[in-house]
Amino acid sequence: MSALRPLPRWADILLLPIINLVLAFVISGLVVLAIGQNPLAALEAIVGGAFGSGYNFGYTLYYSTNFIFTGLAVAVAAHAGLFNIGGNGQAYIAGLGVILVALPLQFLPWWITFPIAILAGAAVGGFWAFIPGWLQAKRGSHVVITTIMFNFIAAAIMVYMVVNVLKPAGVLAPESAMIDPAGRMPKLGTFIPWFKNTDVNFTLLLALLCLVGVYVLIWHTRFGYTMRALGHNPTATTYAGISNSRTIMIVMTLSGALAGMVAVNQIVGVQYRLVLDYVADAGFVGIAVALMGRNHPIGILFAALLFGALYQGGNELQYVIPGLSKEMVVVIQALVILFTGAMEGMFRPGLQRAFMLLSPAQKAEAEARNTAKSES
Amino acid sequence: MDLALILSTLDATLRLSTPLLLACLAGLYSERAGVFDIGLEGKMLAAAFGAAAVAAVTGNVWLGLLAGIGVSVTTAALQGAAAITLKGNQLIAGVAINMLAAGLTTFLGIQWFAQGGRTPQLTPGGRFQNLTLPFANELSGIPILGPIYADLISGHNLLVYIAFLAVPITWFVLYRTRFGLRLRAVGENPKAVDTAGISVTRLRYQAVLITGLLCGLAGAFFSIAQGSGFGNNMTAGKGFIALAALIFAKWKPVPAMLTCLLFGFLDALQIRLQNTDILGVQIPVQAIQALPYVLTVVLLAGFIGKAVGPKAGGVPYTKER
Repeated sequence: MSALRPLPRWADILLLPIINLVLAFVISGLVVLAIGQNPLAALEAIVGGAFGSGYNFGYTLYYSTNFIFTGLAVAVAAHAGLFNIGGNGQAYIAGLGVILVALPLQFLPWWITFPIAILAGAAVGGFWAFIPGWLQAKRGSHVVITTIMFNFIAAAIMVYMVVNVLKPAGVLAPESAMIDPAGRMPKLGTFIPWFKNTDVNFTLLLALLCLVGVYVLIWHTRFGYTMRALGHNPTATTYAGISNSRTIMIVMTLSGALAGMVAVNQIVGVQYRLVLDYVADAGFVGIAVALMGRNHPIGILFAALLFGALYQGGNELQYVIPGLSKEMVVVIQALVILFTGAMEGMFRPGLQRAFMLLSPAQKAEAEARNTAKSES
Repeated sequence: MDLALILSTLDATLRLSTPLLLACLAGLYSERAGVFDIGLEGKMLAAAFGAAAVAAVTGNVWLGLLAGIGVSVTTAALQGAAAITLKGNQLIAGVAINMLAAGLTTFLGIQWFAQGGRTPQLTPGGRFQNLTLPFANELSGIPILGPIYADLISGHNLLVYIAFLAVPITWFVLYRTRFGLRLRAVGENPKAVDTAGISVTRLRYQAVLITGLLCGLAGAFFSIAQGSGFGNNMTAGKGFIALAALIFAKWKPVPAMLTCLLFGFLDALQIRLQNTDILGVQIPVQAIQALPYVLTVVLLAGFIGKAVGPKAGGVPYTKER
């Protein structure tokens, strides 16, 4: 076992995730087969539903936008060795900040409201992750448990705020007032007719900017180095005179701020109001996205596109094949998380062995090492 | 409040605490053995579906219960394989299990029963009926104690009694048996257990399977005891409240029962207080709903006591070579 060498980089970041993904698809396919449906027809329906036309692709990109944000949120925390499982709550509560600036500013042009809404969403989402970060840094409570609890606390607060505070009198549905049409952000379909009237909007560009920003932050700044060092070895950073608690708090705040951008996409870009449960578990999809994308912005981009396509395709699935529901996508997503995140040990050793057998030089080296060990 | 109202609130408390208690004790075994389990919710949900599906098809509550336990134990074994044998990330395994259960139960439910994810309404033989304890009727005439016995203690379904019986049993197993000693040791210092020639892997699997069994009972409670059929996401986050209760109880069985009763009481209170004023002030139900989570965060932060989990929790055990 100890003679195994690490995988080549390309196999680590490309081959292994793809094997895991294929396995997730195969198992979901078997489930579909077991209930008497045709898995290939289901796959075709999903692909067609996700990429079939500009309309479908527009919705795919809209979902991907959310998943880029939540994927980045998980990844940023992961680089510092933190597991932010509270993306859902942070994205949800950020909506409070967004709607509270968007409504008073609704008569201003959208390009003024948009950046302010971004700041408000980032501030509130960041704050909601800062507290668990602070609690871990200063009080020693584990960030995973705290962020789980904060998801539920956020949900309770949001129900209260929407139903008792933000809901205009005389409206039955639990939702805030609508942003005035004059102040609404146009969707991308206004400029690129191919997208028709789909939900994809300028927030997609913000998501792409965030991808670049996170890349620069993690690999080209001093702070990025600090947080990666913390993720690798917290004792070493303490030794180097770096304040771990400060790093943890900043990283969690950043992570929450990124998750909070989901609120911008949903409220400013799509719904024009605050509705209940608009996050729709995007925070949990972010875990799958970050795991698949190996916590790298490029990987996250592709993983977010993949899951965006799965979600949009899954929505169409039920119309193409009656009886197959979009929850199939949740199953695929769960299997991806299981295989890439928790069962990595299933394929890595085998793959490492395979690579050793494939390359003669490595094989010889491994044999030499084995004999040396058995002789000693 | 008169006696009848108090009794009915406490009665609801017992009912609402039951699944929390079962899930909380379930988590206790696994976490005491050093395997973090945030997948309690998923196992319960899967069990609730399995139990309701089989009970609906066969009309037999026992087969339903068996199916629920079977599904939950299988799920636990999968989680165990990831967390113990493959030395994967236990937290991520839990997240995956929760998601898998949420997706599969809805997906299969829609496909099999074509009722939008619900299972068909169960026949009386397909669900646990409320039991009347001996002499409940005869003793109900006695003031105060009579109604307490007849209305509060008697008249629940079997799983309620099993849940509360599981508390002393868990206490005994944990603190008075060799297995329990080893279980606690493996969560604190697996190396010591290994050095003593006891298999860490075997112990952890045993713990995880007990977790599966208890989650199965908790899930079955939702669909074939309290309810009469499965509905989408019917466990509604109770697995996470159970997790909160486990932390709040500092991973100990008797405090676990008290915490679950407290959280169950808050739940009962929350239902009772919908749209009612107390001294002219309307308490938002959401505040009571969020209270278990807030209390747990406050406790974890060390503001009221200190909750420190098993030391080896969350770390896969690797023998030194």
